[in-house]
Amino acid sequence: MTTEVGSASEVKKDSSQLGTDATKEKPKEVAENQQNQSSDPEEEKGSQPPPAAESQSSLRRQKREKETSESRGISRFIPPWLKKQKSYTLVVAKDGGDKKEPTQAVVEEQVLDKEEPLPEEQRQAKGDAEEMAQKKQEIKVEVKEEKPSVSKEEKPSVSKVEMQPTELVSKEREEKVKETQEDKLEGGAAKRETKEVQTNELKAEKASQKVTKKTKTVQCKVTLLDGTEYSCDLEKHAKGQVLFDKVCEHLNLLEKDYFGLLFQESPEQKNWLDPAKEIKRQLRNLPWLFTFNVKFYPPDPSQLTEDITRYFLCLQLRQDIASGRLPCSFVTHALLGSYTLQAELGDYDPEEHGSIDLSEFQFAPTQTKELEEKVAELHKTHRGLSPAQADSQFLENAKRLSMYGVDLHHAKDSEGVDIKLGVCANGLLIYKDRLRINRFAWPKILKISYKRSNFYIKVRPAELEQFESTIGFKLPNHRAAKRLWKVCVEHHTFYRLVSPEQPPKAKFLTLGSKFRYSGRTQAQTRQASTLIDRPAPHFERTSSKRVSRSLDGAPIGVMDQSLMKDFPGAAGEISAYGPGLVSIAVVQDGDGRREVRSPTKAPHLQLIEGKELDKAQEDILKHQASISELKRNFMESTPEPRPNEWEKRRITPLSLQTQGRKGDHLFKDILSVKEKYLMPTTRTVEEKAQETDKSSHETLNIVEEKKRAEVGKDERVITEEMNGKEISPGSGPGEIRKVEPVTQKDSTSLSSESSSSSSESEEEDVGEYRPHHRVTEGTIREEQEYEEEVEEEPRPAAKVVEREEAVPEASPVTQAGASVITVETVIQENVGAQKIPGEKSVHEGALKQDMGEEAEEEPQKVNGEVSHVDIDVLPQIICCSEPPVVKTEMVTISDASQRTEISTKEVPIVQTETKTITYESPQIDGGAGGDSGTLLTAQTITSESVSTTTTTHITKTVKGGISETRIEKRIVITGDGDIDHDQALAQAIREAREQHPDMSVTRVVVHKETELAEEGED
Amino acid sequence: MGTPGEGLGRCSHALIRGVPESLASGEGAGAGLPALDLAKAQREHGVLGGKLRQRLGLQLLELPPEESLPLGPLLGDTAVIQGDTALITRPWSPARRPEVDGVRKALQDLGLRIVEIGDQNATLDGTDVLFTGREFFVGLSKWTNHRGAEIVADTFRDFAVSTVPVSGPSHLRGLCGMGGPRTVVAGSSDAAQKAVRAMAVLTDHPYASLTLPDDAAADCLFLRPGLPGVPPFLLHRGGGDLPNSQEALQKLSDVTLVPVSCSELEKAGAGLSSLCLVLSTRPHS
Repeated sequence: MTTEVGSASEVKKDSSQLGTDATKEKPKEVAENQQNQSSDPEEEKGSQPPPAAESQSSLRRQKREKETSESRGISRFIPPWLKKQKSYTLVVAKDGGDKKEPTQAVVEEQVLDKEEPLPEEQRQAKGDAEEMAQKKQEIKVEVKEEKPSVSKEEKPSVSKVEMQPTELVSKEREEKVKETQEDKLEGGAAKRETKEVQTNELKAEKASQKVTKKTKTVQCKVTLLDGTEYSCDLEKHAKGQVLFDKVCEHLNLLEKDYFGLLFQESPEQKNWLDPAKEIKRQLRNLPWLFTFNVKFYPPDPSQLTEDITRYFLCLQLRQDIASGRLPCSFVTHALLGSYTLQAELGDYDPEEHGSIDLSEFQFAPTQTKELEEKVAELHKTHRGLSPAQADSQFLENAKRLSMYGVDLHHAKDSEGVDIKLGVCANGLLIYKDRLRINRFAWPKILKISYKRSNFYIKVRPAELEQFESTIGFKLPNHRAAKRLWKVCVEHHTFYRLVSPEQPPKAKFLTLGSKFRYSGRTQAQTRQASTLIDRPAPHFERTSSKRVSRSLDGAPIGVMDQSLMKDFPGAAGEISAYGPGLVSIAVVQDGDGRREVRSPTKAPHLQLIEGKELDKAQEDILKHQASISELKRNFMESTPEPRPNEWEKRRITPLSLQTQGRKGDHLFKDILSVKEKYLMPTTRTVEEKAQETDKSSHETLNIVEEKKRAEVGKDERVITEEMNGKEISPGSGPGEIRKVEPVTQKDSTSLSSESSSSSSESEEEDVGEYRPHHRVTEGTIREEQEYEEEVEEEPRPAAKVVEREEAVPEASPVTQAGASVITVETVIQENVGAQKIPGEKSVHEGALKQDMGEEAEEEPQKVNGEVSHVDIDVLPQIICCSEPPVVKTEMVTISDASQRTEISTKEVPIVQTETKTITYESPQIDGGAGGDSGTLLTAQTITSESVSTTTTTHITKTVKGGISETRIEKRIVITGDGDIDHDQALAQAIREAREQHPDMSVTRVVVHKETELAEEGED
Repeated sequence: MGTPGEGLGRCSHALIRGVPESLASGEGAGAGLPALDLAKAQREHGVLGGKLRQRLGLQLLELPPEESLPLGPLLGDTAVIQGDTALITRPWSPARRPEVDGVRKALQDLGLRIVEIGDQNATLDGTDVLFTGREFFVGLSKWTNHRGAEIVADTFRDFAVSTVPVSGPSHLRGLCGMGGPRTVVAGSSDAAQKAVRAMAVLTDHPYASLTLPDDAAADCLFLRPGLPGVPPFLLHRGGGDLPNSQEALQKLSDVTLVPVSCSELEKAGAGLSSLCLVLSTRPHS
């Protein structure tokens, strides 16, 4: 919300500025632009109230436009109305327009946009927002996850509506262009002008996009295993996988499933970057610094296919050893050190190596002269070993170390004794000091779970015992518990399963993390590795000696911990990878283009494996030609599309397996938007809670229909959004459903949970994972993915609050946590339209499916809905939503990394009552039929006043030769105690009619949310 | 480090310590020791030395008996040796602590790396430590405490060191031993079986397990003194001592059984693992 508020204000300014510029132009354009002009006056009124935090989309847009205006004088070319729109609340298109647009169409198109890598605009907007304040972004992110919790009922609808505009923007442009063309064809003079203007506008925007594009990227720095740094620019919303792939490509690493990227959450904690999640979300406000590390230590490194993979594993182990993480005896230190020398220096040469100062190498955490002598002595015995052989020997010895591949976590046992939990390939090890005091092999573990800061394992009964036992451990904090849990899930999956298990089948109302390891398992990666058929890639073994130097002599051991810290500063100094060091034949597979970098001179040791030496470069090139393909195949051989599943799981609490990525993306986007939107609401709720006042939210959706009402769709959408949860029957697939789980849970079935949680005021994070049994091995049901999402709510909220204070406009809201009334006005205009898009339907389908997926919770219902939607677009969606009473709970935030406990404990539980009432005009017919029409334009305008926030979403669509302009107006009224809803509603309708006399109101939805009781328990 | 398990039993030298007269008299050995036949005990000890030297071909070093150290022959309690490292223990019985001095000196002379226990809170009897070739188990017994076990872990960092609760008066090695690189032999007492179960839980490596009727029979030594290709030996208590366990021991294949007797010494708490220390002076070759 912060973002919104801030942006809103800025937007105003912009708009005002623009307004001046644009004002001149206005006249013409306005005339041309059917929609805007007529509405202008009215809009102005509407606009008076300061833009509210409502629609982020609008914000984005504004931002974008802002950028545009700022960045270039081109802004002048931009049709004023565009700018105005932002500032103006309502834009109503009159008939003159050529468009009519069904909401659905809009939605669909959004989908399309989303499917594309990322809607540029969105990105931009986001990027801008981010730039403006990183925190904001974070908030957004967090917010996303909140969905489930607070007052979801309202939000869903809102979010949907709002998101549309944003994404639509791009489409708008396109369509405008089309229009322009078409107009030309028609030969309308007046229109020409318009066209031109629009065209200009388009150009301008595009240009601006390009410019802004660059700004969207973030620089990532990744410390590689050889101590060098790799940096690259990433799109801000890139997922972890993107970065990881880049790094692996840079490293020329194919067997990459054993590796991962770490980021340092706190001095003590490092987290694995989840490849399936957006990096930004995981980092929150941490710097984009990573270390490339081995994540799963191969129990038998000799089974790795490529030497280069073993080499990286060696590098990791050298770090582990030097840092003390992998304890070794003196002898082993010496032996491993000698293999390191053999690999890096080759055969011992008295003349050359006799003078080498071995103290520059780090063979052990504490290195003695004696050790160095022993290393040198042993080095002499390795004569004849190639670097690869030396590495192999190194690994053969290292793999037997008892702590090889053991990921240690500090904890306390049930008696409060400090212990360590070690996760490894075989199971879970319990250490006290250095002693292993217990061990739970994977087969013995029935379930792994965590709850708050406790970590539990449920163990099979021992031979002579009858009962399963559950053993609990206390982790330092919730995040640590969750982290441990995740690591366990991942290790179990990687080492024990043949293939990753299916995501937890969303059970009804289950809470908990849906986290699953979605990468390849060891079995799979081994199999994939057998397909590797490229010549052994050249790579240079960087001297570990040099590494230690590069860190300013900091011992590698220290490096482990201090690395991250030093990073920021050191980053610049340590050039990514020294140019001289890279003497690798690099195959860039992107275009099939490869570069062979001739082995440049490396410091002093250039180690190229014997076999490769003879190969002529030509040969290498030949091979490389096919390498890219191989590589691709290799990559593609991945059994399951991870990102997709990940997304789903993560996003959808009730996730079901979905189809394609498109859907996912869409999903995600939608959610994000929604979430953003949600923020305000959340804020409100929280505030309320704080104040311990009863408040109510009311949402009024008013749909006006002008001329012909093809509004059916629109309404439907709205309805769905609004009522979706409650109104199961006709409700369209909406994001609402996502919310459903929570809601339902609260209200219904999960009585136990809800009750407990409510009573506790703190929602517990729980994650469960059952390693065995049942088909997929997994009945892993985690409760709380949702929780993950929810967890983060509080923070954003808090921030938001601060923000609000800063922004005068927001203050009112803050003051009185009260009721929110949302009024949506939809005005449709039907005008002769030229285009009949066939695409839409497709999109729609996709969308629906996605939504359906989302709604997994109630699969049947969803399906039914989906089909319903697809087939006939006009679902008359029930005018009256049943007034469900939902107790909404603020869920706890457990996971929060930085915002630790505060969030967790202080999250107030707000119980609210939500009512949704929909008034629908009879006219609404199903006429719209299946096809949604082509979206011409969409805009969202937000205004805000002390107690009300008005968001206006205007969409134009062409459908079946009829253009329709639809205005959806959402008014959120926040106030204490009693608000005269009827009056408010009447007012809203009246205003709508006044503002758009020539349009008709097709639908009014009142959504009321009342806080039942505040439980101030913190 | 060699192949897993191969390190087990590799030896070139054996160290024993003569039986002092004081052992028979019980003086200074602490109360509770039954009177024993000194001559018989010394004879058993002599036979043991002979077998180590002649049957197994080890270089035998025999420390002279010291009257002040009646339990000196039980030098297995004074050191834990693996590879080139010898951890000099801190026996639970204060009276026995001086025993380590002579052993330390001898091991040092043999070129082993000597590690001492400086912690005054630690107690560790060497016969509470079982090395399987891949990992250590340390019995937490009447004689050895957690701190002592921790020092074992600190000393032999390459290996997992797990603790095994040992009930009763026994040392861990009095309950179980290694019959081969992948075979644990154990007595049939509750304490022994309990210990073995604990070990089975704690280990990452699968071991076969052989249960013997007598706990004492499980106190055997798997030794691989010879050249490659020569089957290893299992030094065990013979039929004269423990007739009931002989049949079961026959199940161990791939080893040459070398029975010895120490029934008299046993009265003083001795077992095969405590009567000698074996080591290799070139553990990594």
